[in-house]
Parts: sequence; C-alpha cells; structure tokens
Amino acid sequence: MNAEANKKKESRVREPMFHIAKRDAIVWWKAWIIRILAVVAALIISSLVTVLLTDADPIEFFSTLFRGAVGTTRRIWVLAKETSLLLLVALAVTPAFKMRFWNIGAEGQVLMGGLATVSCMILLGDKLSTPLLYLVMIVTSVLAGAIWAFIPAVFKAFWNTNETLFTLMMNYIAIQLVGYFCHLWAMPKGSGHIGTVENGQLPAVGNEYLLNIIVVAAVTVLMFVYLRYSKHGYEISVVGESENTARYIGINVKKVIMRTVLISGAICGITGLLLVAGSEHSISKDTAGGRGFTAIIVSWMGKFNPFYMILSAFLIVFLSKGSDLVSSNLGLNKSFSDIITGIIIFFIIGCEFFINYKLVRNSKKEVVKQ
Amino acid sequence: MKKLLCAILVLAMCALAFVGCAQTAPENDNKPAGNDKPAEKALKVGFIFLHDENSTYDLNFMNAAKAACENQGVEYVLKSNIPEGDECYQTALDLIDDGCNIIFADSFGHEDFMIKAAKENPDVQFCHATGTKAHTEKLANYHNAFASIYEGRYLAGIAAGLKLNEMIEAGDFTAEEAKIGYVGAFTYAEVISGYTSFFLGARSVCPSVTMEVQFTGSWYDEAAEKEAAELLLSHNCKLISQHADSMGAPSACETAGVPNVSYNGSTQDACPNTFIVSSRIDWTPYMEYMIDCVRKGEAIADDWCGGIEEGSVVLTEINEKVAAAGTKEAIAKAEEELKAGTLNVFKTESFTVNGEKLDSYKADVDTDAAYTPDTEVIENGAFAESKYRSAPYFDIRIDGITLLNDAY
Repeated sequence: MNAEANKKKESRVREPMFHIAKRDAIVWWKAWIIRILAVVAALIISSLVTVLLTDADPIEFFSTLFRGAVGTTRRIWVLAKETSLLLLVALAVTPAFKMRFWNIGAEGQVLMGGLATVSCMILLGDKLSTPLLYLVMIVTSVLAGAIWAFIPAVFKAFWNTNETLFTLMMNYIAIQLVGYFCHLWAMPKGSGHIGTVENGQLPAVGNEYLLNIIVVAAVTVLMFVYLRYSKHGYEISVVGESENTARYIGINVKKVIMRTVLISGAICGITGLLLVAGSEHSISKDTAGGRGFTAIIVSWMGKFNPFYMILSAFLIVFLSKGSDLVSSNLGLNKSFSDIITGIIIFFIIGCEFFINYKLVRNSKKEVVKQ
Repeated sequence: MKKLLCAILVLAMCALAFVGCAQTAPENDNKPAGNDKPAEKALKVGFIFLHDENSTYDLNFMNAAKAACENQGVEYVLKSNIPEGDECYQTALDLIDDGCNIIFADSFGHEDFMIKAAKENPDVQFCHATGTKAHTEKLANYHNAFASIYEGRYLAGIAAGLKLNEMIEAGDFTAEEAKIGYVGAFTYAEVISGYTSFFLGARSVCPSVTMEVQFTGSWYDEAAEKEAAELLLSHNCKLISQHADSMGAPSACETAGVPNVSYNGSTQDACPNTFIVSSRIDWTPYMEYMIDCVRKGEAIADDWCGGIEEGSVVLTEINEKVAAAGTKEAIAKAEEELKAGTLNVFKTESFTVNGEKLDSYKADVDTDAAYTPDTEVIENGAFAESKYRSAPYFDIRIDGITLLNDAY
C-alpha cells in the first residue's frame, strides 16, 4: 500500500512519457521490421543531409545511389566482388570474436598475406612453373597471415597480454614492412611503387570477378558449419562465454585460443592472396584498404553468423559504392560518401537497442498494473 | 496489431518511393544522351586524384581541371581519394560508364592501372601526369605529361638564396652558416631533380650555401613532413623548402618563424609571415591541349612536356613581406635567360659529383626492374633533363647537398 502510494507520488512529481524496458524475446520478423525501418530511416536522413548541403533533390539522391552501386553490369560484378572480399575478412575475424579474442589486426594479417604473395610473384615468378607458383603463393600467404595472428595469440594464451593492443600494433609493423619492400622493389628507382607484376596473376574464371566470389562462398559455408556443428566451434563458444567453465569441463583453453586465431590469420592471408594476385597485381600500404577494420563492423552487425554477414557486408559495400557516385556527381569530396555510410551504420547499430529493449508508454493504467 | 499495420504501411510507402526512383533513373540517364547526340562530339572528361583538396598537390590539379574544362566548355567529373591500386582501374571504367571520353589521372602510381584500362578501351583517351611508360608502351590512347618544373624550382631557389643573403647581411648568421633544409618524399628522380635545381638556383646568388635533405617515405603525410621540417630546423637550417604534398613543412616553418619556399601553390594564407614564393606546374595548358586534340580528332602527344613558354611552369605571387628586396627583378631576369636558352639549370660547370665535373652520365629513361641506365644525357655541357621523356630523370647526388636518410 505504502509502496504504491510512493509510486503514485513519484509519477506525479515528474512524468516522463516513456520508460525503457528489456524485451524478453522478440519474434524474428519483428526484429527484421525494426532493422528495415532503421535502414529506411537512415536513407531518409542521408538524403535530407544531401539535399540540405547541395541543390540535389531526394529522388536524384536515391537514383544516383542505386546507379552507383548497380547501374551497369560491371558495377554489379564489382559490387559482388568487393562484398565477397570484405566478407572474407569478416569471416576471418569472426571465430576469434566469438571466442572474445579481439583481433583488430586483420588489416596487418591481410597485408602480410599480400606481401608473401607479391614476394613469390617477384622472386619466383620466372623460376617456377605456373601451377607450382600458385601452390607456393597459396602456402606462403596462408602461413604469413597465420603467423602474424599467431604471435599475439601465443602471448595471449601464455601471458594473458592484451590482444587488442597487440594485434593493432602488429598492423603498423606490417604496414612498415610493406613500405620497406615497396622501396626495395620499386620501379622506377626510388619511386616507392612496385608496379604491375606479370607473373603469378590468378587466372580469370569466367571473368576477373568470379574467382573471388566462388572462394568466398565456399569459405562462408565452411565457416558456418565449423562454428555451428563442429566440436571446435563448440569449444570456441564455451571459451568465449567463460574461460573458467571451459577449463572446468576439460577444454584446453590455450590450445583453443591459438588454434582459432591461427585460422583467423590464415583466412586473412587468403584475402591478401586474392587481393594481390587476383586484382591489384602489386602491393602498396593501401592494399588492404581498411577492410580489416570495416570487417569488424560487418562481423558484429551480422551477429557472428556467416550468412547474416553476407547481408551486412553487402549493405556496406552497396552504400559506399552508391554514395561514391552521389558525391562525385554532386561535385563533393569522397569523404561525403563516408559520412553517408557512417549515418547508415549508426542507425543499424542503433536499432539493435530497440530490438533488445522497448519503449513503454507511462500511462496511469500501467503504473497501477505494476 | 496497430503497430504492425503502421509498420507495413510505412514499408509499402518506402517501396513505392524506390519504385519511383527506379523509374526516374533511366530518364535521367537518357536526357543528356538525347541532348548531346545532335552535337558533333559530346566531350566529358573524368579526373582521378590521389587525395583531395587538403593535399597541395591534388588541389593544384583540381584547380587546373576546373579551369581547363570551363575554358573549353566541356563537362567533367572529379574523383578524389582514389588510391594507386585496382580502385584506380575500376574508377576509370566507372567514368567511362558515365560517358567520359577522356580520363586523366594525377598520381605516379596510377600509371599501370591507367594502362590496363587504356588497353581495354581503345576509344577513350587516357592522359596521365608524371608517368614514365607512354613512350615505351606505344599505345595510341595512352599519354604521359609533365613539365620542366626544374626551371621553376631554380627560379624559386633564387628567391631562397636572396633571402639568405639578406639575413647574412643583417648579421643573423655568417655566410658559412647559410644552410637550407629540404623535406623530400622519396629518393625518386623527380624529387632529386627538384631539390638539386632549387639548390643550384639558391647557390647562383648565395655561393656559400649548403643543403640538408630529409625524406619522409610518403607523398602525403602531414605529421612526418612536420617532423622532418622540425628536425631540419634543429640542425640550424635557415630556410626550408619541400617536395611533399601536405601543409606539414610550411606550417612548421610558420610556427618557428623560419622562411619557407613552397611548392604546388601559394601557402601564404596559412603562413603569412614565412611564405616567400612557390613554384608550381600549371596543368591548365596541358589539359586544354588534350581536350582540344580530342575535339579535333587529332592525336595527343604520347609524352608532353610543358615549360615556362607554354605557361606550364609558373611561380606564384611573391610575398613581399618576407622576400628579400630585388627578388622579383632577379627572378624575371633569370626567367628571360631560361626562355632565351642562354641559361641552363643543369650545366655541368655549376655542380660537381665527388669533387669532379660530370662529362658523361647514363640515365634510366626507359623504366625497367634492374634500373638499367640506357640513355646518355650529358649534351653540350649540360644535363639534358626532361628531353628524352617528360618525367624527370636527374638522379645524381651532387656535392653540397647532404641526405640525412636515404632509406626511402
């Protein structure tokens, strides 16, 4: 009685219209409606920003956005290829993330895979037959990416060092190593550019985009099965939930950490191989192009589920390609497309709040109910 | 239930909006094409820039691109922040998809990707600044361009030398202490040619001058350029110049109150108390030439090199507040001599290598992996810079200039 009186008194003092309550569970389609609404709201805000900053109209904004992403057959292929590459890095970081190992070093691991690839192309390109060269490229790039991830993993497993900082720092070492070799193999002398390497370019399967897509599709399915149905996948989730529990039920935590991060780095190495031998045919400090960091968002937005991650990777690449055309058609700096992408990511991550929580109207009736 | 209905309605509206967009899109596409068909040849130029307006290098290109296209009355698209990789190739194809028939890229590392796109699109003209391969690739639609910027550097060097003389006369330091600091990007011929001609210009009026060069290993790294300038200042350099594209070195000079000779364009707005003058390449003449060629259906030169005469090599306004008295006159005089051919920046009697005059030198003009020197470039008592290809190939380390690190 007393408590109720107090509550009444409180609600009389200040009466916010809503309060926030945790949702117990949400039906899948409701969650998806919230997500779709978030994307729509984000697009509306982006178009408003564009209209306010320029003299474009909203219809022009949306039509340019779509033309930029899927306006021609080639653009559709590029979209698919870029999505697959981003997805591959996201797939790489996912097992580590699921284990609560914050691998921020995908950028460096991709670069090391790429550096190993380009080294083979330059140093062994005219010495080995093409199939043998491919084999060496695959092995070395996978090893290079894996080793780059393995070093922080060992330190984490044995001395519990902070893997976030460690993997981040490894990025800078990788970037500087690439810089060193760019200078060493520069053409012309002193230019700091390696230029196109002819030997060891991956063959075009159908067209120059399809190979990436096939490889990534295969890795996506494998990763889904690995995480969902394998014993390893189960161990990863347990270690991620609680290391103590894992130890208690007899999981070798050190082994799981090192094994998982090794896989993470190896897939990054493959990405480096695809980037260098598949499309760049050269290497520079920009080769990874920030994918190592964007992949973190992709993985989180996809809730560590490889199939959801296809969607989140697609969305990010679609928006960045589309808004690139928006910004150049409107005579704006390319940073503008980053702003648009940023707005949309903000909404998508923000909408998770509304999936986990709900706003409840503070009506008198409800107060009484409580 | 009400909520659900509401959500579905909103979704339906959005879907309608998108359908609307999808229908209008092709209309937008058709309009220009329909209008342009009656005209003889609708020209549209696509530009690819490595960075954006924050880079002095790219800003210089952007200003020229806008001016040239407006003078010629053609449409243009600017794409900034395009890295030197596959994205350059994809951007070139994107520009072609959008109806561009001339593609221009501004950075050295774009070259291989431009060549790749050029081979696949024989109907489109590709022009590339600072590249070296057009004269060996021999593609009908791929062209290099540069300018004899070493002459501009030499003139800017005169302004630097006169400023040092003024400070020596004022008793700020002795003639022997006159030392220039230079922030360079890479130990690349373009940079070496630039700082050497700048140094020779300064020494032509201030004979005791020496120079130290610090490299950053990047064309655009504001922090590294600032650090390099600060290092040179701590070595008692009395004046700084740079060949790197950010505001790092000029702003370090402004903070320290040390005079600066800039590059790529005036930095006077940001550095009113230290900016003297800047040499730069004005790309407008080349861009207009390239547009004009395509309009007339003529072939563009495969390797174009502009000079003072063409208006490609220019100096900005001199900042009278900082420059020494008589700078303008001295520069004008040297400019006349350069135009008349009576003055040659790289005449062999004006520099020595390991204490000796240079009688013969083979430069690596045709790019190859082994850096094979292939062309004799000492002619009539001078190093013939930008003669056998437009991009500089002077890569000799002359006496009087100390490289602090050549790891890049």
